This record gives sequence, structure tokens and C-alpha cells, in this order.
Amino acid sequence: MTVKNYISTSSEWTFPLLMEYDEIFGKIAAEYGLDTYPNQIEVITAEQMMDAYASSGMPIGYHHWSYGKHFMNIEKTYRRGRMGLAFEIVINSNPCIAYLMEENTMAMQALVIAHACYGHNSFFKGNYMFRTWTSADAIIDYLLFAKNYIRSCEERFGTDEVERLLDSCHTLMNQGVDRYKRPAPLSLGEEEQQQRDRAEYLQSQVNELWRTVPQGFRDDEESVEKRFPSESQENLLYFIEKHAPLLEPWQREIVRIVRKIAQYFYPQRQTKVMNEGWACFWHYTLVNELYERDLIDDGFMLEFLQSHTNVLSQPGFDSPFYSGLNPYTLGYHMMIDIRRICENPTAEDRYWFPNIAGSDWKKTLDFAMRNFKDESFIAQFLSPKVIRDLKLFSVLDDDQSEELEISAIHNEQGYRRLRAALADQYNLHSLEPNVQVYSVDTRGDRSLTLRHNQYQRRPLQDDTLPEMMRHVHRLWGFPVRLETSHDGEEYELTADCG
Amino acid sequence: MSHLVDRRLDGRNKSATNRQRFLRRFKKQLKKAVAEASAKRSITDMDRGEQITIPQDDISEPVFSHGRGGKRESIHPGNKEFIQGDRVARPQGGAGSGGGGDASNSGEGQDEFVFELSRSEFLDLLFEDLELPYLVKRQLARDPEFKSIRAGFTNDGVPCNINVVRSLQQSLARRIALKSGSQNRLREAELELEAQLAVAGFEDEDDDVLTLRAEIDQLKARIRAVPFIDTFDLRYNNRILQPQPSTRAVMFCLMDVSGSMDQERKDLAKRFFTLLYLFLQRNYERIDVVFIRHHTVAYEVDEEEFFYARETGGTVVSSALHLMRDIVRERYPSSNWNIYAAQASDGDNWRDDCRGCRDVLVSDLMPLVQYFSYVEIKPLRHQLLWHEYQKIADTFSNFAMQQIDSGADIYPVFRELFKRVDA
Repeated sequence: MTVKNYISTSSEWTFPLLMEYDEIFGKIAAEYGLDTYPNQIEVITAEQMMDAYASSGMPIGYHHWSYGKHFMNIEKTYRRGRMGLAFEIVINSNPCIAYLMEENTMAMQALVIAHACYGHNSFFKGNYMFRTWTSADAIIDYLLFAKNYIRSCEERFGTDEVERLLDSCHTLMNQGVDRYKRPAPLSLGEEEQQQRDRAEYLQSQVNELWRTVPQGFRDDEESVEKRFPSESQENLLYFIEKHAPLLEPWQREIVRIVRKIAQYFYPQRQTKVMNEGWACFWHYTLVNELYERDLIDDGFMLEFLQSHTNVLSQPGFDSPFYSGLNPYTLGYHMMIDIRRICENPTAEDRYWFPNIAGSDWKKTLDFAMRNFKDESFIAQFLSPKVIRDLKLFSVLDDDQSEELEISAIHNEQGYRRLRAALADQYNLHSLEPNVQVYSVDTRGDRSLTLRHNQYQRRPLQDDTLPEMMRHVHRLWGFPVRLETSHDGEEYELTADCG
Repeated sequence: MSHLVDRRLDGRNKSATNRQRFLRRFKKQLKKAVAEASAKRSITDMDRGEQITIPQDDISEPVFSHGRGGKRESIHPGNKEFIQGDRVARPQGGAGSGGGGDASNSGEGQDEFVFELSRSEFLDLLFEDLELPYLVKRQLARDPEFKSIRAGFTNDGVPCNINVVRSLQQSLARRIALKSGSQNRLREAELELEAQLAVAGFEDEDDDVLTLRAEIDQLKARIRAVPFIDTFDLRYNNRILQPQPSTRAVMFCLMDVSGSMDQERKDLAKRFFTLLYLFLQRNYERIDVVFIRHHTVAYEVDEEEFFYARETGGTVVSSALHLMRDIVRERYPSSNWNIYAAQASDGDNWRDDCRGCRDVLVSDLMPLVQYFSYVEIKPLRHQLLWHEYQKIADTFSNFAMQQIDSGADIYPVFRELFKRVDA
């Protein structure tokens, strides 16, 4: 009988053991070529985990009632035992902060370290969305700046005033994202300095904008009147920050803070499948590596496999527990399948993926991780085998026909259509309505016109629309109109306020 | 390179402020829910938290999102029955008509937001905007309570209060003071003696030498005679009594238990008394409760008997008032007690007694009490007692009366009685 040198055999974790697991995972990850930020592993209690949850994982957050609402909701479901807390939260920062809950067993802690500190961490560092839109070095500083700034505003202008403004900004958070321009990282000091400069500069600019409206030449000017802005603006919060006539400098700064934070979370929304798939793939690979090297025993492995399968469970569409495709499952299956295509390609794979079949799987996976987001990743890498394994099918719901149609299933005719439809499901246009700033009536009542271009004839949720318009109106300060068009047809007025 | 941090001892309640913000923002809805909850609650458990439900609509955070309609193709897993081209009926009422990854979790009602209020949050909301009228006495209790506090050191006291360090400091100082003169002289004398002996060789018998030796012995004796510790070295810890303003209250519960007060009416009365008790508890450190029940005669009883023992007979309300007056005189001098009284009755009283009630209230009780509240529970019609009391209410501002018809009335009536009065 050979002597096994297990790292641990008990389910109790200790700090030295955590360090040891982390070190060995780090070594193996480096062998596989994972490039990560340094890790900061923080052990917290369940209560602290609920706090972290409520603030969507931000370690430092400004105060707002909506976070209190989330917290109470989480607390309630957790106390009743309805929900286990997610076993990890990881923050896209440098060093990468990962939370471990003290209640977890040793095996769970090891799983979380592999999942968060090497899986998610390398994704944050490598994926182009995160590289472009977030600055891991600056985020903690920025959150601190935001918290302090908003608190000082509350002291100066009253909690209610600030709260109302934040409410309105939050409703536009999804429309407060730049999709094409990259922000530069800043330190806390620079951020504060810039904020002061910006406040002064902006105010002078805005006044200027309205002062230049010529009074006497109205008739002549009308013929050559240019639309303002000259092109539609997708970033509503940015437009409001820069151009809303009546906002005070501190209000503009708060709009900016909300916008910045929305920007920070923007890549996460678009890489959910990839990010989780990548992390699951790596915790699976790393822990299996430990097992093969005889560093963990069977009990550890069984516990690990049980948690692993729990995370990846995918109830069928007709199950009472079904709530859509599980992004963990989809992502993990795709990642595993890419490795299989590289290592053991079949004839089908050679036909579908001539470029990657038989290539080095580490390089291929790394390439996939770095250069895609959910939509393009699925369009590029969803293989017929994954479609068959998950038994995917697509349902066409067209309000012009009486019934639903099953448009494709997992057969030869259906693969391409399924792949395109699934990719589209993760397309931002499909997730959120496309609402943009169209124009401002600079010479008249200063009203703001928003335009919604319908995607696949999908209308806006109309019961919240009046409320939404009130929020936009509060920020803009003058009448707001919303027009809708489908497929380049005439725009029709759908809502207005003020 | 990894870094391991133990954050478990860091602040737990990071979300406490956000929770407060939430409660603050939805105070209106919360107050309504609390008022409803308190009306439904049983008598004994007013003093705990509550599960509060407020409509989801009020607290939703709207965003621009897609509504129903249009064309969408959604992907689902686990196909085992469909082939391409199948047509199925559109499910009714399902969110997003069976499409999208954002279908809501079935089975969980999404239209109401439910959460727990802690006991103190519940009571805060319950008693918000209420105030105890006429809190004057809290400030000027004439015969105040005393609290013993430390106040330096003193020269006499009992042995258990001896302060050892201080006492030994005194002793050391005294010894130095008494010994140092003799010790200096002793040193000199010894030096002199040595010098003399050196000069004179071994002649021990010289007079000078003898006197010096005698002096040295005498000095040594004197030094030995200084005691290590003496009675006037002793120091004692000193404590003095400091007057504390009184924040004591006594609450008199007066209830009619005559035949006409059935169990239901008693129940309503008890709920009212419970509310009052909780409310007083929030204002005073210490509260005594005196239960007085009466039919034709009044007795002071314990709580159990007060609410549950059965009696029948006629009604003489003034008997209870007289008893209350006597108890106040005997045990609760109004100079150091805040006296509150709540009387519950169905208003049915012996006609000739009503006059007497008013007299005893006006002449004896009203000057003593902070506040007197009278609730009439489910009266058939207002009788003479109500009208007599109304005259008192007109003259004394610290007298209040209300009528309760059902359980749901109690809280509103209570609020009415104790609402904040703007000066």
C-alpha cells in the first residue's frame, strides 16, 4: 500500500490549510497557464455574506434604501432556509477579492478557491470586455470616493434630495453605459481633483449652451436648425450628466457615479455564461488534478462532486423548478466540449469546427475566454453535441399567430437555427429595449425626445412606463417624450411627461 | 501570491443603514401595516416583532424593459416530446408567455414584499407621534432617589473601605518625616566616632567616645520607635450620594367587573391596558402597575384575578376611585411618582353615584395624576357617567375619554388619547 500525502482528511478548515490549498491551486493553475491578479481571500460570516450580497458584491457601497430592500429579502429567504447563500462572491479588482463563508467545509472552501480565485480571477484579467470597460486597479478607490461623496452630499443637501436623485439614476442604470468608448483608470486623488474641475467646468458649459440661443433670429434660423445632439445618444445618463440644463454640479457628479458603477457591472451582464462556465471548468479541472496527484481523499472528492453537480443542475423545461437555462450549466458544457473537440475530435467536429478540432486545448480555450462575450461565444462555439446533451429546443412566440411554434430541436436541421437563436437570446438588444436620446428642442420648450427602436416588434413594459418617464423628467427638468418605431417605420409618441 | 484575511470580526451590520433607509422611506406603508397588525394581535404578544407585508408595486424600482408581445424565440432544455414544426397552445397567464430566461419562479407570489420588523422597530412605529402628556414631573422630583458615587478619599470610615495604596503612601511619608532627622544625626555621630577612634588608637574608655556611643544607641532606639503604620495613616474610599431625577411611574388600571362587563369587553379593556403599559415602559425606567377592580366594592387585585376572575353585581364606580385615592396617598406620593390612570367601563353605573365620581375625581384625583384616560367599551348608549365625565374633560386638559366598539378601535383610540399636541 502506498503512503498517501493528503493535504487534509477532515472537513474542518483552518487558515494554514486554506493557504496550502491556495498555494497548490496556484501552482497547478500556473502549469495550465492561467494568468491571474493576486488574490485576497477573505473569510467572512454568513451575515457578512448577506451584506455583500445586498450590495451586489461591492465591498464599499453608498447608502440607499434599495440595498436595504435587497438585504431584507435575502435575510428573509435565508432565515427560512429557502435559499442557501451562494458559496462565493468574487470582486473584479486588483488584488482580486474573494469571500469565503466560515460555515463551509474544507472541501467547499477548496472548491471556492479554485472557482473564484483562479477561475473568475483569470477571466476578469483576460476577457476583453473586462479589460476594456473596467479598471480593476481603480475600482475600490472609486467606490470609496463615491461613498464619501454621496455622504457629503447627503449632509449638505439632505438625505431625501439625494435619495430621489439616486432613485431616478438607478432606473436608467441599464441605459447609462458606454458601449464604444473606453474610460481611463484613475486613482482616488485624481478622481477627486477631476471631480472639482469638472463641476466648475460643466456648470459654465451648460449655462453657455442655453445662453447662446439667439433671441432675435428665430425665423431665419429655423430653416438651418440642426438637431441636437447631432447623432442619437445611447448613454442616457451620460447625456443627462453633460446636458441636463437644471442639474446642480453635485447632482451631475452623482449621475456620473451611478453611470460609472453601471459601466463597471456592464461586462458582467454580458459574460454571465462564459464567466461561470470558465470558473466551473477550472474548479473541476483543478480539483481533479489534486485527486490524480493523490493530494485529496475520496471523501473530499465525493463532497466536491456533489456540490459541483448541484451547481450545474439543469431542470427540464417542464419541471416545477425550471427557471430558464442555467448559465453555469451551459457555460460549463461548452467549455468542456471545446476541450473535447481539441483532444478527441469526431468527424462531426471536424466538419463544424475545422479550425479548432485537434488543436491545443489550452490555447483554444484561452483564446475563447479572451475574445468573446456570451453572444459571440455561443454563436462561435456551441457544438451540436452540447445541443444534443442538453436537448435544446426553441419556441417561437409570435403575437401574430395563435399558437407557439417549435421552430427547432436538436437535430441536423435545427443546430444552426438553435445556435443563432440562443446567441440572440444573450444579445443586449434582446435583453433590454433600445432606448436612445434622439433630440432636444433647444429653441423651444427644451423638451427631450427619446426614441425606442423596437426589436422584433417587442413593446416596452407599459405599466412601469409612466413611472420611468417621471424619473427621466426629474433628471432632465423639462418635458420628456418617448417615441417608438418598428423597423424604420414612422415614430409614434408612446409616452410623455411634463 | 495570495493574501488571506480573516474578516469575521469586522462590522456585521453593514446593511443596517440601508435597512433604516428602507424603513424610513416606506414609513407610511409600514405604519399602516403596523396599525393593522396591532389590531389583529392577541393581548399578550404586543411586545414582539412583526411580519410586515407591503405591496410590491410601491417599492418596485422600474427600468425600461420589454413587455409582452412581439416576436421572440426562446431556447429551453430537456426536450423529450417535440419535433420541429409542432404547434402548442400559448400558456395562459405565464410571465412573458413562456418565453425568455426571465420567467418568474412559479409558485412564489411576487406581488407582495414581506419582511420581519424587529420588536423595537415595531414598537417605534406603533408609538410614533405619540407622547405622554404632562411629563413635567420627570424634571423636578422633590424627594429624589440617590445614587452612590465615588468621591475621592477620606480620613475615617469602615475597615472594608480602606484604600491600601493610599494608606501605605501616608505611612511611608510619615516614616520618612519622623526618621530622617535622627538618621542624619546618627550618620554624623558614627562618622565622628570612627574619627575619634582612629585618632586615639584603641582607647575605648574616653568620655567623648562614651557619650558618642550613648548618643548612637539613643538615636537607634528613636528610629526603631517609629511605627510602620499608624492609625492616622489610614485612608478610606469615600462615596457620596448623588440625587437622581425620578423616572418612576405608576399606572392604575381601573376596571368595572360588574355583570354587564362580559368577557369580550374585558378583553378589549385588557388590550387597551397592555398598549398603555408598553407605551409607559418606553418612557420610564420603572413602572408599577396597580390593578383595581370593582363592582359595588373595589379591591386591589393581581393581574390574573384582574382579568379573569368572575364577579357579578351592580356597579359603584366611585368605590374604585376612592380606593385609588387611598393607595396614592399611602404608597405613591405624587411628589415622586408619575401617576397615570386608565379606567375602563361599559358606562353602566348606579345613577346616584355618578355625581360622586365626578367629585372625587375633581377634588382628589385630578390634581395628583399626570393623565387620566377613560375608555367606555361597547356602551349600549351613553349614560350619566359619560356626561359627568365630559364635564371633567372640559375643565381638565389632562383628562381624556374615548369610546371603543371593537378590537380594531383600540389602537386608533389609543393614538387619539396620546397624540402629540402641538403647543
